[in-house]
Amino acid sequence: MSEPQPKTSTTPRDTTTVPAQAPEPSRWHQTFQKITTGNALISVLSVLLALVVGAIMIAFTDEDVQKAAGYFFARPGDTFVAIWQSVSGAYSALFQGSIYNFRRDSFAAGIKPLTETLTFATPLIAGGLGVGLAFRVGMFNIGGRGQMLIAASVAGWLAFGFELPWGLHMLVALVGGLLGGALWGGIAGLLKAKTGAHEVIVTIMLNFVAFYLVSWLLRTPGLLQAPGSSNPKTPPMKDTAIFWNLKEYGYNLHLGFLVVVAATVLVWWILSRSSLGFRFRAVGENPNAARVAGINVPSIYVYAMLISGALLGLAGVNQVLGTVTTGFTAGIDAGVGFDAITVALLGRSTPWGIFAAGLLFGAFKAGGYSMQAAEGVPVDIVLVVQSLIVLFIAAPPLVRTIFRLPDPSRGPKRPRPIVTKEVTAK
Amino acid sequence: MTTVTEHHQVSPQPDALATTVVTSWKAPIAFAVFTLAALALAVFAPREGDTTYRLNASDKDAIIIANISVPAMPALWVVVVLLLLATAFSVWLVTQKRRVPLWLIVVFAIVFLFGFLTWAGAGAMLPMINLLYGSLSLAVPLIFGALTGVIGERVGVINIGIEGQLLAGAFTSAVTASVVMSSTGSVGLALLAGVIGAMVAGALVGMVLAAFAIKYFVDQVIVGVVLNVLVTGLTSFFFSQVLAPNAAVLNSPPRFPRLPIPLLSEIPIIGPVLFRQTLIVYLMYIAVIVVFIGLFKTRWGLRLRAVGEHPQAADTVGINVNRTRFWNVALAGTIAGLGGTFFTIGSGIAFNKEMTAGAGFIALAAVIFGGWDPIRATLAALLFGFASNLQNTLSVIGSPVPSEFMLMLPYLVTIIAVAGLVGKVRGPAAAGKPYIKS
Repeated sequence: MSEPQPKTSTTPRDTTTVPAQAPEPSRWHQTFQKITTGNALISVLSVLLALVVGAIMIAFTDEDVQKAAGYFFARPGDTFVAIWQSVSGAYSALFQGSIYNFRRDSFAAGIKPLTETLTFATPLIAGGLGVGLAFRVGMFNIGGRGQMLIAASVAGWLAFGFELPWGLHMLVALVGGLLGGALWGGIAGLLKAKTGAHEVIVTIMLNFVAFYLVSWLLRTPGLLQAPGSSNPKTPPMKDTAIFWNLKEYGYNLHLGFLVVVAATVLVWWILSRSSLGFRFRAVGENPNAARVAGINVPSIYVYAMLISGALLGLAGVNQVLGTVTTGFTAGIDAGVGFDAITVALLGRSTPWGIFAAGLLFGAFKAGGYSMQAAEGVPVDIVLVVQSLIVLFIAAPPLVRTIFRLPDPSRGPKRPRPIVTKEVTAK
Repeated sequence: MTTVTEHHQVSPQPDALATTVVTSWKAPIAFAVFTLAALALAVFAPREGDTTYRLNASDKDAIIIANISVPAMPALWVVVVLLLLATAFSVWLVTQKRRVPLWLIVVFAIVFLFGFLTWAGAGAMLPMINLLYGSLSLAVPLIFGALTGVIGERVGVINIGIEGQLLAGAFTSAVTASVVMSSTGSVGLALLAGVIGAMVAGALVGMVLAAFAIKYFVDQVIVGVVLNVLVTGLTSFFFSQVLAPNAAVLNSPPRFPRLPIPLLSEIPIIGPVLFRQTLIVYLMYIAVIVVFIGLFKTRWGLRLRAVGEHPQAADTVGINVNRTRFWNVALAGTIAGLGGTFFTIGSGIAFNKEMTAGAGFIALAAVIFGGWDPIRATLAALLFGFASNLQNTLSVIGSPVPSEFMLMLPYLVTIIAVAGLVGKVRGPAAAGKPYIKS
């Protein structure tokens, strides 16, 4: 998952070797360079650019705009007004559906969209962590859908089929779901480790297997199907098992969000502080070198897929114990397994990057639905904007070209003295 | 199941050198799994009656073959014995340090399939022609997609975006064909426009992939995944916003007629299956042959493969690596776009959101399953098509297994086959790596 990263800034070590004839660039210049060449600006501009493209699509397909464009040369102002109205209407609906609704009276009601964003972000972050962790080990886990379905089924079965004390029940269902997801992911890891089967094929195939397996379980009486019903749907989860939530205050937010925050910390710890994480990254960077260094590469594949599957399982558990507690169908994954790939890519496979990306995509999801309801703009525009964001962020040179930003790999446009490495070492 | 890579076999060396053959227990284990499955069917789920194989498309065929009737249980037991023998033979081969040959795998697969079909169709008539004809039809977009994937990876660009290319092709062909149809009224012109539109759309998606991968060095897997999402979003957005309100003008595509080829279509079994198809299927035959010959017998293919295997060497001999990659990925895109036409004008269905339903990912699996070889990838795609159509056929005649398990079967078989028979496959060496000229 590595890409040739241009040097992000001129390293201070270089400047120490600059002899007197090349004057230090001014502090303003340095700051300016840091801002214009940094990743943060690229990210912001990427989002902006994607929103502009979305705006163009909204404007072009808006009926009022098309009508006004019919007499554009008679009254061009009408067209621009119509464009402004369609685009600003859509984007303010997006904002009010995801962050804060100014039309509500109280702060508690106005902030509800933000809690919706967090609720939508919860499974996205969990899934993104799973996909991202596999990326770091050099594996591509497209099997999020299957892992989520299996985890959701196990957690759901434990949650509606058993009588357990309050608190413990929730924990049992959560752990059961995680194990289910881990198992389903682990199959792919085990097959890759033992036989060399390509994990992309195996996880895609396991998606279908899980989908049909769960579909069968859901329509077979006595298994997952709700008793006395002919719909392929489970009974509602028992109250003792569902995540603690804020439903009595009118929010959909639930404990799952905190679990996901904990998962983010855990993944960060695993990847950057534990020896297992070191081996993960070593195998991801170069499996041959890792093998020569004494790392058991096949077992690392198995561990990575187990953890990755468990994290995607967490996304599935969140769905059944937190978001949709009234019983689930085979569509419980809600496409999160695939969205998680985009989240992981946008977050560059780092835990906190994925967390931020998940929040952003959660906001788009929450806002997209209210935009569709309020302005009639299909929610699919969100997919376009999301994918463009990832595409632009992945290609900083493109964004720089569009906005005419300086290229950091070129460095300052001053002649640099030629200093060999031996000289620097002294 | 009909594919295997030569990876556990050391390439033939001069006689002077001692040759070692690395054997693997994977094939015997996979054989044993399938044999046990057949045995389990015979022991735990015995079925009464005869299975009749119907080999005629209709009673009007020039040559009529009599239906073949087989008693289900005796046939299944014979199959179990044959499978046991094959498994024992493969075990013996491996203990003798010999490789399990491809023909044994193919024979094993056919015998197993025969046993399963006989068991599942007990007491009913199996319309073999419909089964095979439908399999081929379902495999069409998979084959086009797989060819795209093969060319892309052979030239060094991993294409995860096949799904997006198929979807773009389906969307564009539906819209262009509908527009031309409603403005000119000519079906032929509309279909032509649809095909061209789809090819252009596929190529455009390919060009975006190539541009980001080659010019901006973005990880190719990322671009592919993102392009899938982008195309899904774009087509779904335009479908809801533009196509749905104006469906009569923009989304009522005509359908490719079936064109039986004279003479060839009268050959028993093969004729009705292969030569009574639509133009898109005939184009598919041509595409498979052209891609195969092109890749392995022409200068174009040699250059292409050189760029995918060792771009530096290719550059040294004067091949422009990035230009070769860009244009070949774009060219491959036209093939996937053509495959997308199957969903709309190929079947006479209006475009709908996400109508490709993961076909691009199956095509990707076929690419890897087929070891980056156009013919083998085509066979793998046919296997998927067969397995999905088997479920359709069996649900019509009343299948003994829940339909979900039948639907699951192709994917399970793929997992077992990939793990057991294909194992570790090696793709083109430079696939996925951007070429940065230093």
